[in-house]
Amino acid sequence: MVRDYCHGRFHRGLLVYGLGGVFEMSLNSPLSRVLGSGSAKEGTDHWWMQRVTAVGLLILGLWFLISIAALDSFAHDDMHAWVREPINALMLLLSGVTIAWHSVLGVQVVIEDYVRGPALKVVSIILNKFVHLFLGTAAVFAVLKVALGAPL
Amino acid sequence: MNTEGRPLSPHLTIYRWPITMTLSILHRMTGVALSIGLIAFVIWLAAIAFDAVPYDSVKAFMDSLPGQVMLFGWCLSFFFHLSNGVRHLIWDTGRLFEKSQANASSWFVIIATVVFTAAYWFMV
Repeated sequence: MVRDYCHGRFHRGLLVYGLGGVFEMSLNSPLSRVLGSGSAKEGTDHWWMQRVTAVGLLILGLWFLISIAALDSFAHDDMHAWVREPINALMLLLSGVTIAWHSVLGVQVVIEDYVRGPALKVVSIILNKFVHLFLGTAAVFAVLKVALGAPL
Repeated sequence: MNTEGRPLSPHLTIYRWPITMTLSILHRMTGVALSIGLIAFVIWLAAIAFDAVPYDSVKAFMDSLPGQVMLFGWCLSFFFHLSNGVRHLIWDTGRLFEKSQANASSWFVIIATVVFTAAYWFMV
């Protein structure tokens, strides 16, 4: 039996009182529900990119650890020469972007779970994006400067 | 309405702590630790690239005891997050969801983490 019509900010539906309790019956079409993707206004993108970047980091992370372990010296000029190698520069660029991407998604979930209050939460999420964009861009800039610049 | 003195449903604290919960929390903690490690990664790259960031000071700190402890922590965090991350990717395909499998894979992840970290830190 239909009793109430509810009109929320993100949702229109009917409250249906039936056997076993109150049910919400959506008035949205299945298509509009998919397109709207709920109150978050996004679909599976966050979840999916977390997985894609994870697989990327599986390769990049192991490359980084193995490459670093194979080095004889960590002196400045030796490190500079190592970053200048095109294959190392390429892998470091991919690493910087992928780490920052994976990290921004992960930290956002932590913020969403633990930061209380909508205002502080939104500010934290935006700040998180700024910090990660800065770190990712700084990593790319540093590698490009070494790779495209003169030898030390 | 009087809401006091009502019976409570069994809450988390009443159950024996399962190993899967420890790993779930550790996955998040190591993830945050590695995000902090990203800052160190960028400082290291900046020290190589820019004169404004003194490379020798960064290297001296990383060679010191606090620096080595941090590097070991990131190494441990990396191998844990990697091993447990693979476990998550397997779960995403719908496999290993049985309770016994979740418990067994937990121990597998712990052993893999210890072995990989020890192998990397002491042999390399």
